[in-house]
Amino acid sequence: MFDLTISALASLLRDRKASSEELARLFLGRIARLDPGLNAFITVDEERALAAARAADARLARGDGEALTGIPIAHKDLFCAKGWKTTCGSRMLAGFVSPYDAHVVEKFDRAGAVLVGKTNMDEFAMGSSNENSHFGPVRNPWDRTRVPGGSSGGSAAAVAARLVPAATGTDTGGSIRQPASLTGTCGIRPTYGAVSRYGMVAFASSLDQGGAFGKCAEDLALMLNVMAGFDERDSTSIERPKEDYARDLERPLAGLRVGLPKEYFTADLSADVAACVTAAIDELKAQGATPVEVSLPNQALAVPVYYVIAPAEASSNLSRFDGVRYGHRAPEYADLNDMYRKSRAQGFGPEVQRRILVGTYVLSHGYYDAYYLQAQKVRRLIARDFTEAFRSCDVIAGPAAPTVAFPIGEKSSDPVQMYLEDLYTISVNLAGLPGLSVPCGFGAGGLPVGLQLIGNYFDEARMLNVAHRYQRATDWHRRAPAGIA
Amino acid sequence: MLSLDEVRRIADLARIEVPETEVAALQQQLNGIFGLIEQMRAVDTAGVEPMAHAVDVTQRLREDRVTETDQHELFQSVAPQVEDGLYLVPKVIE
Repeated sequence: MFDLTISALASLLRDRKASSEELARLFLGRIARLDPGLNAFITVDEERALAAARAADARLARGDGEALTGIPIAHKDLFCAKGWKTTCGSRMLAGFVSPYDAHVVEKFDRAGAVLVGKTNMDEFAMGSSNENSHFGPVRNPWDRTRVPGGSSGGSAAAVAARLVPAATGTDTGGSIRQPASLTGTCGIRPTYGAVSRYGMVAFASSLDQGGAFGKCAEDLALMLNVMAGFDERDSTSIERPKEDYARDLERPLAGLRVGLPKEYFTADLSADVAACVTAAIDELKAQGATPVEVSLPNQALAVPVYYVIAPAEASSNLSRFDGVRYGHRAPEYADLNDMYRKSRAQGFGPEVQRRILVGTYVLSHGYYDAYYLQAQKVRRLIARDFTEAFRSCDVIAGPAAPTVAFPIGEKSSDPVQMYLEDLYTISVNLAGLPGLSVPCGFGAGGLPVGLQLIGNYFDEARMLNVAHRYQRATDWHRRAPAGIA
Repeated sequence: MLSLDEVRRIADLARIEVPETEVAALQQQLNGIFGLIEQMRAVDTAGVEPMAHAVDVTQRLREDRVTETDQHELFQSVAPQVEDGLYLVPKVIE
């Protein structure tokens, strides 16, 4: 039963073949047994989960359940959930119990989903391997000596190991798609503004976007149906009519134009990943899609631009952690300034400190135009490349990550090598576009590979349609790692 | 490339204490990152409008009415040090 999709579990609940409490106990049992070897969770609350499950059962008995009522889920530990520890993977917030709910958390609660726990992550969502967590690295269920990707590594590993059917994540530079690729799960980052950022601990506000992990495209659509929607408490939330992200799942692919950016298929892409992605594109062709070569000429600038803009926004956002209103305060200090300096030095890990320092520098007097303003201008060029590409195609396909999962420790001492992990995902965030990753085979060492699909603005339903049709013809998304039975 | 003094200066601006023994290692890491960033500085961006946000949205205005209830006790319950509804900090003015 633990291997079932959301819709399969929902029909068991509807037909009274299982109760939500049984599902909650099943997944809580799996977490208790398997998570010590994975470290995917920071907090698990059995009592609250069971109470929520019983409430869902009562609701189902009344016949007013929705698609996710009674389904166990997990939230990345940067979504504030009232009364739950919300750590953001940081010592700074290790003792922080949120006094309020994020919009996303509220939405899942109202839908009757059962929150079982909060997942591990790179500190403040800064990282691509989940090694930057104050609570220890997450292990990849496919090979426990390897990383699950990051920063939403806990959510990805939890879904891959079937510790929950689905989980939320956030994607600022690839933090959903890259771990989805590395763990053989499905992950979607919607268009910027589709999911409210209210109650998401901020990293880089012009790039942060909430999204979801699941075992198939249909589950992602069901998750988005709950999460997405206008929220007046997020000043960049987009006012649009409510849409059903599952509406186009079955649409045939005949006539679909699939853009293949020539800059994605170069020597930077490892051969095993390239082979899987090419085979996936062949499957789309077999279903009637037409490949179109497109070009993203400024692609190589995406990572450099991101490492100006994201740290700049982070240095500003993270200035709120001063040891006064919440978060860690140093036990000893000489004066106010010393309290700030010591609290922040103790509360933030090395990668977060590095990014704050880079951001502080690029925003400082005399450097603003040369770095920050220039980065914003190049960002425009990168976004224009996509606008141009979408004139001749409906979706763009390519890799989500340049390699399969790498060993824990391999890149952790070299920040720049780690940054290049997000080579194929970052430009999507800069442009504000939606992107997803679905499993498309296995590369070196039998490790999973993801196919990235990038859509035009608010074209999630079309991307999910392509992913779903692909999954009807293939079974990569059904493969589960060994040792999780 | 950042000098050791610049590293000390930005650490001070960012209010992060960096032990003197770690400044050189930090300088090396930061310069690695600035080496990566350097690529974008040479791009000709004459006449390009800066893109400040992922989507072009104008700031919404809301009606000027009270929407929040007083929850200061709840919000201050997560603060390191509070007294009589006030956040306590080290003495700033002698």
